[in-house]
Amino acid sequence: MDKKKNQWKAWLYLAPALVLLLIFTVWPIINTLRMAFLENYDSHAEIGGETFKFGFDNFKSIVTFYRFKDALLTTVLLTVLTVPISTMLALLIAVALNSIKFVRRTLQTIFFLPYVTNTIAIGMVFAAMFKIIGGVSGLEPDSIGLINTIIEALGGKRINWIDGGSSYAANIAVLTIYIVWNALPFKILVLLGGLQGVNKQYYEAAKVDGTSRFRTFWRITVPMLSPMIAYVVITGFIGGFKEYSSVVGIFGPAMGPGNHEVDTMVGLIYESVKSGQGRASAAALILFAIIFAVTLVNLYVSKKKVHY
Amino acid sequence: MADNINNIDENKVTPEVQESVSAEQAAVQDAKSYVMKEKDVESVSKKQIAMKILVQSGLYIFLIVMAFIVLFPFYWMLMSSVKTIEEYRATVPTLWPHQFRFETYKIAVEEVQFGRIFLNTCFVGIVSTILSLIITVLTAYAFARFNFKGKNALFAALLATMMIPGELFTITNYITTVSWFSWDNTFTILIVPFLVSVFYIYLLRQNFMQIPNELYLAAKVDGTSDLKYLWKVMIPLAAPTLISITILKMMGSWNSYVWPNLVNSDKNYWLMTVALRQANWGEGNNFDFPAQMAAVVLVTVPLFLVFLFFRKYIMKGVSRSGIKG
Repeated sequence: MDKKKNQWKAWLYLAPALVLLLIFTVWPIINTLRMAFLENYDSHAEIGGETFKFGFDNFKSIVTFYRFKDALLTTVLLTVLTVPISTMLALLIAVALNSIKFVRRTLQTIFFLPYVTNTIAIGMVFAAMFKIIGGVSGLEPDSIGLINTIIEALGGKRINWIDGGSSYAANIAVLTIYIVWNALPFKILVLLGGLQGVNKQYYEAAKVDGTSRFRTFWRITVPMLSPMIAYVVITGFIGGFKEYSSVVGIFGPAMGPGNHEVDTMVGLIYESVKSGQGRASAAALILFAIIFAVTLVNLYVSKKKVHY
Repeated sequence: MADNINNIDENKVTPEVQESVSAEQAAVQDAKSYVMKEKDVESVSKKQIAMKILVQSGLYIFLIVMAFIVLFPFYWMLMSSVKTIEEYRATVPTLWPHQFRFETYKIAVEEVQFGRIFLNTCFVGIVSTILSLIITVLTAYAFARFNFKGKNALFAALLATMMIPGELFTITNYITTVSWFSWDNTFTILIVPFLVSVFYIYLLRQNFMQIPNELYLAAKVDGTSDLKYLWKVMIPLAAPTLISITILKMMGSWNSYVWPNLVNSDKNYWLMTVALRQANWGEGNNFDFPAQMAAVVLVTVPLFLVFLFFRKYIMKGVSRSGIKG
């Protein structure tokens, strides 16, 4: 009797969450599959009474879309550049922070600051530092911007980083710098937390044996931290494939110096949210498949390399 | 010393003498080697101290350089925000403004409609936090305390949805909320679709499970109702997690861009980031970069203030979630 009453009560407590999940989570999963496999699906047309036949047209249409390959390339490039760089830097900073005492908390707070910022707002600051002002139609620009001034002071040549006519490589370089800057705090936080949990006895044993610092780092620190490293790498890959806000922050909704030069996969999806959702759904499923596959590979590698 | 020994040998001393000499010699040698050892230890530890200082200063130099790189964009943002347009466009950028121009902030407040947008953002943030907390607490409580059919299967299904990228939901949710519910250009559309977070439910359930069952049974014996037990015992014990959720949720509404930008074209229902990105700072040579930077400062400073006050909760919540905003 009491048990039955409890059952009924439990579902009552769950009801609000379940209703919302059904509408905003479960239905979208079903509907995305449905829309992706209905040829040329469009919600407005469907409301107008049009029906669509089953097929793979949406996948064909998005894959052969002229900007698809570039968007995929940009997304993959940004991911494979930013994840290793930010993980290595974060590891170095975390190890350094862990081996000092004086002003450690202050430095820790400073390194966390980029996390509590607005990706789009600070993207505008990075854009301002790289931007060349004026100088349209061959005229000498008013200001070549902060970064170019530093480069020229060091004897280098100025680069058109993000303005009209800038190269793809320069755009990717700026985005990589910004994404790494943005990704550091989370990684440092997780790795430093892991370091503080490493048993000090291992280091003392290494010291007694006269092990070099370099060897200690590779033979003790990295293996002991490997679960955390795996965690930040996996979340880094997932985040990298979903990159969008950083590009909007630096380039604005145009997603490039002119028009969609550094588009990302997520950018492509958002483009057709309002109409032609069949194609957007197909793109979303492709993205999901990529993220799923990469995560599986990551998990497989970490299973072999991670010491728990 | 070696010469001395040779001399003694050459003098062909008697065995007794030889013995005593060799004993003496051994003692001297012992003493010498002892001194040597002490010296060695001293020089080694000196070397070690020197090495340690070297390594420590290397670490500090590395950390300070990195900290400088991390902080510099903030410095540049602040300095740029108080320059005149002419100084901003100067051939050589100035690290410290020659002339301070604080009306940039007035321009920024007007262009972004900061007051209005600030209220919008706070309203959406507060309402969605409160509703989200209620739903999260009730759901986590049901999963942590009740036994019902299919509990584990349901929980596993919830966790499985966390693997799916949010972009996949956006497409259908746009159709549902705009075409079917006609919620476009309302606050409702910014709040309701995001009330349930499986991750927060998971976090809170873990927290609730740590509270011993005996406490619940004791409360039952005393005739405490489930809701009262939840309110009086479980919520206070899980307070740190609830505070983390609150702050992350508030920061989320301050930073959200994609969804509000997609569904609300009416300026009256914009949130902070949309207003910042949509603001118009002038054309060509009159483009007011400093005012734009002032607006960025206005968006950034409240986040820093929240961070300074709730540092512990934010860092704890973040290290477990890995979600930005």
